[in-house]
Amino acid sequence: MIGSLTLIFFCQLVGEIISRLTKLPIPGPVIGMVILFCGLVLRKTMSSELETVSGFLHRNLPLLFVPAGVGVIKNLNILQRYWGPFTGAIIIGTAVTIAVTGVVMQLLNRRHITDQKEQQS
Amino acid sequence: MNGDMMQLWVYLSSTPLLWLTLTLMAYQFGTWVFRRFGCSQLLNPVLTSVIALVILLKVSGTDYQTYFSGAQFIHFLLGPATVALAIPLYREMQAIRKAFVPIIISLTVGSLVSIMSAVGIAWCLGGERIVLLTLSPKSVTTPIAMGISEKIGGLPALTAVAVVLTGITGAVIGDLVLNGLQIHDEKARGMALGVAAHGIGTAHAMQKSRVSGAFAAMAMALNGLLTALLLPAIIGLLH
Repeated sequence: MIGSLTLIFFCQLVGEIISRLTKLPIPGPVIGMVILFCGLVLRKTMSSELETVSGFLHRNLPLLFVPAGVGVIKNLNILQRYWGPFTGAIIIGTAVTIAVTGVVMQLLNRRHITDQKEQQS
Repeated sequence: MNGDMMQLWVYLSSTPLLWLTLTLMAYQFGTWVFRRFGCSQLLNPVLTSVIALVILLKVSGTDYQTYFSGAQFIHFLLGPATVALAIPLYREMQAIRKAFVPIIISLTVGSLVSIMSAVGIAWCLGGERIVLLTLSPKSVTTPIAMGISEKIGGLPALTAVAVVLTGITGAVIGDLVLNGLQIHDEKARGMALGVAAHGIGTAHAMQKSRVSGAFAAMAMALNGLLTALLLPAIIGLLH
């Protein structure tokens, strides 16, 4: 348990260091994720302990967004002033993005699979 | 008695324990409401707990800084949770490799649609330049979005709010939109939620299926990278 946590924190730390040193617009944890992923690909195995830790973190993932969400309280007055463009862009924009991405992916994926099957046969 | 209560409040409000515990309790309450009323996404636990906590803070006259001194322990885990997304990604690596071309195309399309719809709609509804810039990276995970917003001249703090609200919106309306369009492919559902609604969308996808969750995690990470590269270039072109 502690071993897996240490590994995850270590990847994040290295990610943060790379992010600062290279001044990339990519945050440390995302670089850390890439590092851990590459490590797993190279080692070709994953301990069940690591799966347990990730399972615990991801089952409770929504909770982790609550503190940032409460940050709304600092900007209630600006939100009040621009509520129109804000709600419009967020609600309609998100719906459109979900729809387009989903449709394109489903269509391409279906075609891709049939192509692969045709090549095999 | 009143004096004692006052002293107790002064003590409690200065320790991280109070708001840490209240955040956990608010989330438990949010989850309870969600389950109690048939798991309707309108009662998304994040939404309920954020509203409950905002009301609590307003009523008790507590500022966000004091709240965050307790809640930061939960917030901190976002970093390790992001790193740990490598694990579902690795588990579903075969499926991801097989669908590589569809992933890259739908990611690019989704990323552009997300930016253009946010800016276009906000512009139509009378948003000023700074509002458009602030909203443009709204579908990207918070730390990347704030970095982009700062770089292109938006308001990073407000971008963070837009990002969280976008995530909640994605979790609330995502299934409705996907079911309405008959998108049953788990990979496509994951991609859509990850591109449009970053971590909150990914959390939602993970609760439905392992494959969707892994695709959402990947889409979220790739969309973060792509938007960080695309958006400053698009804004540069418009000048």
